[in-house]
Amino acid sequence: MLLIECPYCGPRAEIEFSYGGEAHIDRPGPEVSEEEWASFLYLRENTKGVLAERWRHAHGCGRFFNALRDTRTDEFKAFYEMGEKRPDAEKKEGEGA
Amino acid sequence: MVEITEGCVLSRLPASTRLILQGRQPALQAACGALGVETVPEMLCTAEGAGGHALRVGPFELALQPTGDGLAPLEAALASVPHSLVEVSNRNVSYTLQGWQAADILAALCPLDFSLAAFPVGMATRSILDKAGALIWRTADQTFHIEVWRSFAPYVEGQLHEVAKSISYNILTVQH
Amino acid sequence: MSKTFRLSGYGRVDRSRPVTFLFDGKPVKGYAGDTVASALLADGRHLMGRSFKYHRPRGPVSAGSDEPNALIGVGEGARHTPNLRATQVEVHEGLVAISQNRLPSLRFDVGIVNTLASPFLPAGFYYKTFMWPHGFWDKVYEPLIRRASGLGKAPTAPDPDEYGLHYAHCDVLVAGAGPAGLAAALAAGKTGVRVILCDENPEFGGALLSDSHSLIDGVAAAQWVARTVAELEKLPNVQLLTRCSAFNYGPHNMVALNQRLTDHLASAPVGMPRERIWQVRAKEVVLAAGSLERPLVFEGNDRPGILLASAARTYLQRYGVLCGRKAVVMTADDAAYRVAIEMAEAGLKIVAVADLRANPDSAVVAEARARGIKVLPSTTIQRAHGHYRVGAVELAPVSADGAVGKGRTVSCDLVLMSGGFTPSLHLHCQARGALTYDDKLGVYLPGDSVEHVRSAGSCRGVYALDAVLRDGAEAGLNAAGGEGDLPVWTVTRQDQPGEGGFAGALPRRGPGHLALAFVDFQNDVTAKDVKLAVREGFQSIEHVKRYTTTGMATDQGKSSNVNALAIVSKTLQRAPQKVGLTTYRPPYTPVTFGAFASHARGDQFDPLRLAPADGWARAHGAVFEDVGLWRRARYFPRAGEDMLAAVTRECRMVRKTAGIFDASTLGKIEVVGPDAAEFMNRFYINGWTKLGVGKCRYGLVCRDNGFVYDDGVVGRVAKDRFHVTTTTGGAAGVLNMMEDYLQTEWADLDVWLTSITEEWGVIALQGPKAREILAPLVDGLDISAEAMPHMFLKEGTIGGIPMRLFRVSFTGELGYEINVPSGRMREVWDRVWAAGQPHGLTPYGTESMHVLRAEKGYLIVGQETDGTATPGDVGCGWAISKIKPDFIGKKALALPALNAPDRLQMVGVLTDDPHYVLEEGMQLVAAPQMQAPASADGHITSSYFSPALNRSIAIAMVKGGRSRMGATLYAPRLDAAAVRVTLVDPVFYDPEGARVNG
Ligand SMILES: [Zn+2]
Repeated sequence: MLLIECPYCGPRAEIEFSYGGEAHIDRPGPEVSEEEWASFLYLRENTKGVLAERWRHAHGCGRFFNALRDTRTDEFKAFYEMGEKRPDAEKKEGEGA
Repeated sequence: MVEITEGCVLSRLPASTRLILQGRQPALQAACGALGVETVPEMLCTAEGAGGHALRVGPFELALQPTGDGLAPLEAALASVPHSLVEVSNRNVSYTLQGWQAADILAALCPLDFSLAAFPVGMATRSILDKAGALIWRTADQTFHIEVWRSFAPYVEGQLHEVAKSISYNILTVQH
Repeated sequence: MSKTFRLSGYGRVDRSRPVTFLFDGKPVKGYAGDTVASALLADGRHLMGRSFKYHRPRGPVSAGSDEPNALIGVGEGARHTPNLRATQVEVHEGLVAISQNRLPSLRFDVGIVNTLASPFLPAGFYYKTFMWPHGFWDKVYEPLIRRASGLGKAPTAPDPDEYGLHYAHCDVLVAGAGPAGLAAALAAGKTGVRVILCDENPEFGGALLSDSHSLIDGVAAAQWVARTVAELEKLPNVQLLTRCSAFNYGPHNMVALNQRLTDHLASAPVGMPRERIWQVRAKEVVLAAGSLERPLVFEGNDRPGILLASAARTYLQRYGVLCGRKAVVMTADDAAYRVAIEMAEAGLKIVAVADLRANPDSAVVAEARARGIKVLPSTTIQRAHGHYRVGAVELAPVSADGAVGKGRTVSCDLVLMSGGFTPSLHLHCQARGALTYDDKLGVYLPGDSVEHVRSAGSCRGVYALDAVLRDGAEAGLNAAGGEGDLPVWTVTRQDQPGEGGFAGALPRRGPGHLALAFVDFQNDVTAKDVKLAVREGFQSIEHVKRYTTTGMATDQGKSSNVNALAIVSKTLQRAPQKVGLTTYRPPYTPVTFGAFASHARGDQFDPLRLAPADGWARAHGAVFEDVGLWRRARYFPRAGEDMLAAVTRECRMVRKTAGIFDASTLGKIEVVGPDAAEFMNRFYINGWTKLGVGKCRYGLVCRDNGFVYDDGVVGRVAKDRFHVTTTTGGAAGVLNMMEDYLQTEWADLDVWLTSITEEWGVIALQGPKAREILAPLVDGLDISAEAMPHMFLKEGTIGGIPMRLFRVSFTGELGYEINVPSGRMREVWDRVWAAGQPHGLTPYGTESMHVLRAEKGYLIVGQETDGTATPGDVGCGWAISKIKPDFIGKKALALPALNAPDRLQMVGVLTDDPHYVLEEGMQLVAAPQMQAPASADGHITSSYFSPALNRSIAIAMVKGGRSRMGATLYAPRLDAAAVRVTLVDPVFYDPEGARVNG
């Protein structure tokens, strides 16, 4: 069971949370093209490496927040509130020079 | 009131007023003021004023347990501040779990750390009791105030009894 | 010669407490502190089981949890537990144990023919042999294999025992209480942090309990253990758990322990759980898992009487049992010499120590020689003879190039083997730790892990006792934060670990293609099976494992993995580190199912949520159904009525007079704040701005993909307050979705959500008499048709109890949903019930609710919709606001594909035969006789007998259905002709809606 640090309540067991999928996917307005809309709905990075993802402290304060998690190890690099910018963390697999 | 095991009493409390107040800081401040609580309690902390208790269960949320005058003073204090005040007196069923084994009984159903250092007196939080959501508030070293949704109450009571049956054996909470 | 193999002056068993237990129905004597294995060995009995595939006689190889052979069943009836290791099962008075996998008895087993057939049961035989003819698998091969191979039998009755669960938290968890673990726990414990120390054995001490040689701080090792445990017991911050195995290392240092509380007791105190799972969240973990001696792989190495040298030492030093009279020691390592010396001292005749190495010359070897023990360097065992017990071995010289010369056979009743020690890496691997291959030791050692974990002692290749204690203490102190005194102990007598060790198959003379030299005892995998797998092209160790099943038995390859790896490495001529090691998976040792279930069993398995009128429904004979976690009244049969009769009567009464229904399980959310209407506009497909206070509207929720997610009636209680209802199953999901958009997309809105599902109990009162029944009860509130038309909402009181009264209908009749505080709903229910009696008020359940709504063509989300239906598909296109700039689903609903004319659309279906009720899920096709595969035009989503129409009705989703009214389709059946149906409007009853507005 993961140990997830809610920015409001501190570290809690995974069982208190629900997963919210990849973070920082902005919902476009209805004016965008169909391709853009489809990509908003369905296209995700499927990152092997550090992924920004959403969690909700469903059995706690109820808040959504973001986390950086290395999908290879489950290691969390950061927890931050909704609306905050993604903090620096090591580069994603395949990125860099 | 049931002694569910030696050293632990489970009491179902009579129905009383429960309110959920949500809003930004001014709303929380106004609600606390109405209860006679000077400053909004920090996250997971509780405060008591002349008008009742305020439990800070979310960054934008207080669980309020007013005594006496009902909603009127709160509604008056909040009149000019954007907020949501919803009564949940019937939604929630309240218990106290009291005794030297209380923390260990909860630790069979909830992954929180119930040591006094990690969960001090006055702390309140929502969490789970096995498959039911619950509000857990430590009111004294060996006393917990617990609230669960009405339809989960028989289940939670059953779980507490089930755990209590076997709790006496070989669990000694590590002191800190 | 004495018949007993129990020695006085040896062992830690309690001679003052003799114990008698039954093994295969016959009494066996032992002492408190014995295991079943040690007690049987004290009787000179090595034969304890039959092997999995070949049914070969087997005895214990080890003295602990790594035991692959001596698996027994313990207990009787529902309390029988199969496949326990006799080497771990503690005896007590009255214990009943049986051997397993033998037909009909342990000594005489007809299954042994499998051994004779062994050339035909090679590696991968499951995959190769029984594939043809196809039909034979189920009927012939599988039952045969199942009967002839396997482990013990699981009991069929429910487990009568209690099991516990405990979440624990600590700063330092130490897994394993041998020298390294004890040192670590003490070093950490003395700093004052919270420490948990667990060990799978009944006593702490690990290998020290079998060590009569080493001296720590001037005292015998076992005495040092007692002293250290006493010191730990004095520390209030340290929790000591014996008989407690760390079996799973989960992410973020959550380690699962299985504590066995009662199995060792003749009678357990009432209420004491049999086992308890500890879910320990540790800031730091110290793994002190120790190491396991490796068996040697040679022909006949599975014969009873062939043991690990360290196991024989444990039987002697812990249990006072000599495992035989006359032993050959076969070793590639120095440790076996100490065993030979101690066994010889205890009276065992050591025929010889055969050493694979050319020049064994350490101090302990010299000591053995000095004591007159014959040492044969460069010697191997070619084969072992004997059936139920080893009787002789052939010792043969082996030259530097591995060639084996002619040997000679020596008689013996015991062979002690030692291939060196394999660090136990299971938990480290479960912690996703990397491994590094150590060339010098010839084993894998723990590398880095992302977890906060460190290994100490022999599980990381540190073998000398003084070094182990130091390593443990340092690990413990560092895990505790590094501040504090490092305990120091002086070891004054100890054996230094020598060079050596061996993995793989011992060298042989000749091809040995018929030799049964076992690598994995429990799964009966031989060296030639592993070689064959490689020859057949399996190069990855993970593939070899699955093909041969080596390492896949309940012992998780504790004794076999390294030998299998070495054989693969040699056959492939590739270095072991290039071959890799298979993944160790939890559990480290098997865990009882009951322990995983713990208190979640029987009635307490899941929450059973009872609606406020549940007690009333029970008293009135309701038949219930589960809806999610809720228990809901399905129908209320009268004497002699079946479901159809009861539902028909209930429906007719609702349409004729009135019915009462507990609708409390509907999800309810209070949406409050200055921006409440704006939020509703963005969230629902409908528009809300114009909905006046005191009015209701049917709302539909789509996801952003345009498909229907949930629905329900929404009432506007005040300008800034909406009372939202959801489906029973959708309550949590809708609230979560609302919070999601509110918190992450529209954080600017001043609106907040509160679940009021359980705050308000809901009594649905439906039928032409509903108003008459209700009017006198509502404390003067005007509910006349003029004052309160359909889809209006009023706040008031009912008998002084606060009420939110909705005039809504899911039946098509004049109706109300009376919302009252759930804690007082029963009072109100009783009052309404009493008031309704003169009018013929009838209770109805969910089944009638479904029929009544189907007669009206009202959809049920999740029944008509399946996650691919748009509002338009289900006839709710009218609800989509045309003027809102955006709402969830708006963009998608405009896509051409979601507006295509041939989409599945909701229609009514009537069968030609008015008595035939279609099955829900039936497909609809164009012609009565279609050749499979045929594509369907649609499918039936709801189907009932309609009391109002006195005929069957159905709802279907049909391609382009709305433009095909009157068309004929067919519902094929397997065993009869297709059913002819006609597509009609889905509103079967009162299409003008006169009744609902009555
Ligand atoms: Zn939280």
